Amino acid sequence: MENVIGKVNSVESFGSADGPGIRYVVFLQGCKMRCKYCHNPETWALEGGEEYTAKDLLAKAMRYKNYWGKNGGITVSGGEALLQLDFVTEFFKLAKEKGVHTALDTSGNPFSMEPEYLEKFDELMKYTDLFIVDIKEMDEEKHLELTAKPNNNILDMIEYLSNHDKHMWIRHVLVPGLTDDEEGLIALRKFLDGLNQDMVDRVQVLPYHTLGMIKWDNLGIPYALEGVHVPSEEQINRAREILKAI
Amino acid sequence: MLNFDQWDGFEGRLWKEEINVRDFIQKNYTPYDGDESFLVGPTEATDKLWGKVQELLKEQRAKGGVLDMDTDIVSSITSHAPGYIDPEMKDLEQIVGLQTDKPLKRAFMPYGGIQMAEKALTEYGYTPNPELHRIFTEYHKTHNQAVFDAYTPEMRAVRKNKIITGLPDTYGRGRIVGDYRRIALYGIDQLIAFKEEDKLNCGSGSMKGEVIRLREELQEQINSLKAMKEMAKSYGYDISQPAKTAKEAVQWTYFGYLAAIKTQNGAAMSIGRVCTFLDIYIERDLAKGIITEKEAQELIDHMTLKFRMVKFARCESYNQLFSGDPVWATIDLAGIGVDGRSMVTKTDFRVLHTLENMGPSPEPNITVLYSSALPEKFRRYAAHISIETSSIQYENDDVMKPVWGDDYAICCCVSATQTGKEMQFFGARANLAKCLLYAINGGVDEKNKVQVGPAYQPITSDVLDYDEVMDKYDKMMDWLADVYVNTLNLIQYMHDKYYYEAAQMALIDTDVRRTFATGIAGFSHVIDSLSAIKYAKVSVIRDEDGLAVDYKIDGDFPRYGNDDDRADEIGVWLLRTFMEKLKKHHTYRRSEPTTSILTITSNVVYGKATGALPDGRPAGEPLSPGANPAYGAETNGLLASLNSVAKIPYEWALDGISNTQTVNPEALGATEEERIDNLVMAMDGYFNQGAHHVNVNVFGKEKLIDAMEHPEKEEYQNFTIRVSGYAVRFIDLTKEQQKDVISRTFHAMM
Repeated sequence: MENVIGKVNSVESFGSADGPGIRYVVFLQGCKMRCKYCHNPETWALEGGEEYTAKDLLAKAMRYKNYWGKNGGITVSGGEALLQLDFVTEFFKLAKEKGVHTALDTSGNPFSMEPEYLEKFDELMKYTDLFIVDIKEMDEEKHLELTAKPNNNILDMIEYLSNHDKHMWIRHVLVPGLTDDEEGLIALRKFLDGLNQDMVDRVQVLPYHTLGMIKWDNLGIPYALEGVHVPSEEQINRAREILKAI
Repeated sequence: MLNFDQWDGFEGRLWKEEINVRDFIQKNYTPYDGDESFLVGPTEATDKLWGKVQELLKEQRAKGGVLDMDTDIVSSITSHAPGYIDPEMKDLEQIVGLQTDKPLKRAFMPYGGIQMAEKALTEYGYTPNPELHRIFTEYHKTHNQAVFDAYTPEMRAVRKNKIITGLPDTYGRGRIVGDYRRIALYGIDQLIAFKEEDKLNCGSGSMKGEVIRLREELQEQINSLKAMKEMAKSYGYDISQPAKTAKEAVQWTYFGYLAAIKTQNGAAMSIGRVCTFLDIYIERDLAKGIITEKEAQELIDHMTLKFRMVKFARCESYNQLFSGDPVWATIDLAGIGVDGRSMVTKTDFRVLHTLENMGPSPEPNITVLYSSALPEKFRRYAAHISIETSSIQYENDDVMKPVWGDDYAICCCVSATQTGKEMQFFGARANLAKCLLYAINGGVDEKNKVQVGPAYQPITSDVLDYDEVMDKYDKMMDWLADVYVNTLNLIQYMHDKYYYEAAQMALIDTDVRRTFATGIAGFSHVIDSLSAIKYAKVSVIRDEDGLAVDYKIDGDFPRYGNDDDRADEIGVWLLRTFMEKLKKHHTYRRSEPTTSILTITSNVVYGKATGALPDGRPAGEPLSPGANPAYGAETNGLLASLNSVAKIPYEWALDGISNTQTVNPEALGATEEERIDNLVMAMDGYFNQGAHHVNVNVFGKEKLIDAMEHPEKEEYQNFTIRVSGYAVRFIDLTKEQQKDVISRTFHAMM
């Protein structure tokens, strides 16, 4: 396990959105979902990225411990971080040895309730202080249409985390006409109500933005949401109200 | 021991035996670790006066940047009748005194150079006075003329080809901060008495050059002090005695500064570290119940208002170097005393609060002497003001205090000087990026194609070899350091002779310590170029004359600004190497050489004069400012960039290491509270590593683009941004510089 190699797409030394305080955010390479609003399509490819051992990457991250204070720390995002589960586990294990706060930003797509998988996932949970999970869509059909993947295992993961007393931030990306129907939002809130409320630290509505569009262009992939507008202040507030989100 | 009734209630002894403002401060100030809730809004008088000044500023902009100019009076301490913001509202001004008889009217200051002074007039449509022209060409030599009389052909060549640029040979060198507080604490008469005594004790009686010069200078200083008294009298104040009240303390201090800006048009005319000092007087008056918080704030607002109005007549070529009409009226806040007590007082809060009471402003150049040990509430309030106004800069007290003590002031953008103990010879900067090209081309200028440097063997290979380049670069830097120091020696000599800063020097100890401030431009580009040569393959593209004019890079290479030691260590090497070379030379008046990594907005002009570089920067493009990484080089975010800059040892660049960073508000945090938390954390983390300086801007690129396209919008009239070492109204920058600012890295997270 020690020499497991991680494939890193990029890093951001000053993350302020993905977890509490100032975060060192590692974007891992590779994702199998194809979310229409993805703003990091350059991380989709499963191959590529810069290779690191967990130890080397941590040494790089620790250069920023001065900035973290009591709240900050490291966030692993992607791509889909769980595709490199062994690496993340090793990375977080080393980070926890140094007392660093760890957060995992995941879509949950690789999650499975298979015992073999859970064994590994349990090990990861030990070293992860916070899970930041997207619920992109409650309706299975719509989820498939939006992301090209089903959502049942994602919802399973969230329940599993809740049952195991893991702290979570739940996020929902709000796309007008796509993920903002009242029915869907109410269903999402209902799902959240079923979780251990002490574990859901934050529910966030992330308004869809078009800043990622240029990246699709650069990669020569036709943009899936051509012509879709960003949500209005009103639409955002309505969603926040329904979801009891910030 | 001296004693004055005006000192009633003040503690301490040493400062009564000798001039020692620092001792007075340490014995009497009241540290404040509370929050900003005691602050009050502007008075009606402040609103009216600031309203009037804003009108005038608007009028000035409409007239092309200058409201009014004096053509017939040579500016001196007593040259003009008293001036007021508005004669009708004269009584509203708690603090009085303008550079000329009218607000924003620019004085005629020919001593630095008659040509430039006249050019400034004609460029704005004014006609120079022929009689004054005759006097300053036929009867009286100016600094500029003297320098050019003495320049060697080589000095003219390096200047013309811009490997050394921005030299103070056509204008005042500035950067000398008088200890203006002395007037308030001791009164003019006592200061004259001390200087008279110094003059008596000057030398052992044998008249050597240095003694003669000092005697003459001391008399100039005494004359200046007398003139200050006369000027104050014209405003109805007698400053011969110490200040009795807070209002007098502010006024007396300001008169000292006013004398400086009436006589000198230096690039930087800084105010100094006056907050903690003035707070002592305010606290005394508050305790006595003779002023209220509202009146205290009004004093500070009105003083600041005056600093916002300082203007000099400048010509176009000057504005290209220092864009946006800056004067570096730098005022310093906070810091930690040598005894470990925070020097933050309520007046430090009050000065920051002027940016709320009167809105953002580029001047005064408010500088927080930062330490993570400052009271948290003050750090948070400063961060809040940064987020709201982008008008303040931060410098690391933890690294400056061991060198300069706890009573230093910033004398320009980022450079420290001990108040009242020290003066600085400002010496612009050498373009080390261009020097690298000279090394490759054997001393031939890549733009003008003339031999400027020594005709060493140029590099003839198609691919640059790191060792060969380093060897040649080292030799070319030897040459550059030599001609640079000598050019400065000559300039400083002439400045002392023809444009001596008598008013400021009168408020500095006679036994003054001098620093010799050099500077480096093109820092990041040299690092990236050498890194490219070392880690990638750089091929030379030559023109028909065999001159290297462009470069082709194959492969990746580490770049400065990503916390990558491979690149950052080249930067440390570069600074140390050049500094060592400078130190070998004799420096004028036994001054101590220092250097800075600081470019002001001249990075645009320097860039224009610099050919394509081996790091891929095309010919003519702006250099990155100060110690900032190159545009687009930072790929790991803000903190990685800060970590790279933090590696540059301050002790080797005592004149300052300037770093300007811009962050999108959204990237700083989701809520105002989070933004403050994160900015404070970022600064603590940065400065705790020993970094020297940071300018903090908080806005998005869209706002700048909109301001460039719609400068007429009301919201942009006072929209202030920090550039290298100072702040400007964005709409006052040239279009070229606006574009340069927009093209720089904005830290935003997707």
